[in-house]
Amino acid sequence: MKGPAWRRRGLLAASLGNLLFLYLPIAVLIVYSFNAAKLAMTWQGFSLQWYAALARDHALMVACQNSVLIALVSTSVATLLGVSAAIGLERLPWRLRAWLDGALLLPLVIPEIMMGVALLLLFVLIKVPLGLLTVTIGHAAFNLPVVMVIVRARLRKLDPQLEEAARDLGATPWQAFRRVTLPLLRPAIVGAALLAFTVSLDDFVVTFFTAGPGSTTLPLKVYSMIKTGISPEINALSAMLVVASMCLVGLSLAVQRQRKIYSLIH
Amino acid sequence: MTGSRAFQSPAGVRQAGWLLAPALVWMGLFFVLPLLIVLLISFASRGAYGGVEWTFTLANYRDLADPLYLWIYLRSCAFALATTGLCLCLGFPLAYYIARAPARWQGLWLMLVLVPFWTNFLVRTYAWMNVLRADGLLNRLLAATGVISEPVEILYTDLAVLIGLVYGYLPFMVLPLYAALERIDRSLIEAARDLYASGWTVFTRVIVPLAKPGIIAGCLLVFIPSLGAYITPDLLGGARSMMIGNFIQHEYLVVRDWPLGSAASFVLMAMVLAGLWGYQRAGGERPL
Repeated sequence: MKGPAWRRRGLLAASLGNLLFLYLPIAVLIVYSFNAAKLAMTWQGFSLQWYAALARDHALMVACQNSVLIALVSTSVATLLGVSAAIGLERLPWRLRAWLDGALLLPLVIPEIMMGVALLLLFVLIKVPLGLLTVTIGHAAFNLPVVMVIVRARLRKLDPQLEEAARDLGATPWQAFRRVTLPLLRPAIVGAALLAFTVSLDDFVVTFFTAGPGSTTLPLKVYSMIKTGISPEINALSAMLVVASMCLVGLSLAVQRQRKIYSLIH
Repeated sequence: MTGSRAFQSPAGVRQAGWLLAPALVWMGLFFVLPLLIVLLISFASRGAYGGVEWTFTLANYRDLADPLYLWIYLRSCAFALATTGLCLCLGFPLAYYIARAPARWQGLWLMLVLVPFWTNFLVRTYAWMNVLRADGLLNRLLAATGVISEPVEILYTDLAVLIGLVYGYLPFMVLPLYAALERIDRSLIEAARDLYASGWTVFTRVIVPLAKPGIIAGCLLVFIPSLGAYITPDLLGGARSMMIGNFIQHEYLVVRDWPLGSAASFVLMAMVLAGLWGYQRAGGERPL
């Protein structure tokens, strides 16, 4: 029998297989973060000792602070410039707009490593010492187009007549923007900023090339922990990062209130 | 529909210019200028102590034609192609299932696909190290089921890199596929069935052609980042699993041959742009 029921069951099995593939490693990670064993992968009882060890790790706290600081500043810069650019683009003649649209998307498709080395060369050549500043600048540069794309997608769906109606009713251009367009854009702006914040917190490659002594971020710290040897502390840290990014994504989606969540990257 | 004509007066354009200027300056300074520097250095030569000597030469690009380097490029392309193919095979049934699921379940399924995607890439890659280790979960399962008697080394092999890449980029495939499949009018499939098309014919002659934009977009979104992958081969691969990204990093930070590293990254960028160009030629929409 090759009926639809057979096919549906096959599809469901394949989909569940996909989910298993996506979640199994993460689940293993979280489970083992509570394992008392120091080296072996064998289960030796529930323990919170690796989380306690994290709390005592001073360098880790510094890395956390650096990550949050970089994410806050770079997200603010990217959001401010990105939103402004999205609004500006919408007001350009279409030929110029199409051209700039393409150009501003380029950073999204360039390999990350290319952006990392390019920024490294720039900072070395203009003799800016690598540190928090250079990492923040790099993050703002890759986040700006992200913010712009999301805000622009929202702007394109707005009815231009709304702003025109406000103007007809005597609003100045600034008032029309402030009272009509901006409130309509707010979900997209907040969602984009949260996304930029998450991307900045997670970034490894660009940070790896633009960081200097004293500007270690959380991902850099995770990387060096992985490289120097597998210790259960990384499991605990990773599990916390998994939960943190889930919260941020949930927040971002809730704010955008978008049914079609794939629009974040599509 | 985009933009209203009222804005496109000369005053409106000037205003647009002011709004755009900060972003353009920022991207000019921290995106375009750095890339130009890389381009410039790729034509310079390496100084005696690792610096850059500003003499024009094509030697770096010629050096890249060395079989050793060509091999790295070929391997990276093979990895990226295999990743794309596997993601398509794995992702298509999932995307199709989600697109055909009742509307209220679709959001949940998409959410489930997205959550791992938003988890830190390093952490996701590290998670696989736990699974693939010689005493990891996979080896234990295989041993417990009697498939193997001795632990097999999976971590630090090409297979591990491939698994990591597929894992990392699967959501990039599923989301555009879903978007395309969801738009397919079900009555077209029913019409094909009414005309006695077999399940396979419906799939190849109706579903695949209609989902083509999604397939192309998904393939591109997987191919591009896997070609330039750095973390996955670095953590999961062995000493011989080098991909272009690792090669570039090695040239910059270990060998300190900036000109060769710059040339290598420009070749990578050219490959990516060629892929995008091919995509647009194939009639694809903007991928992002």
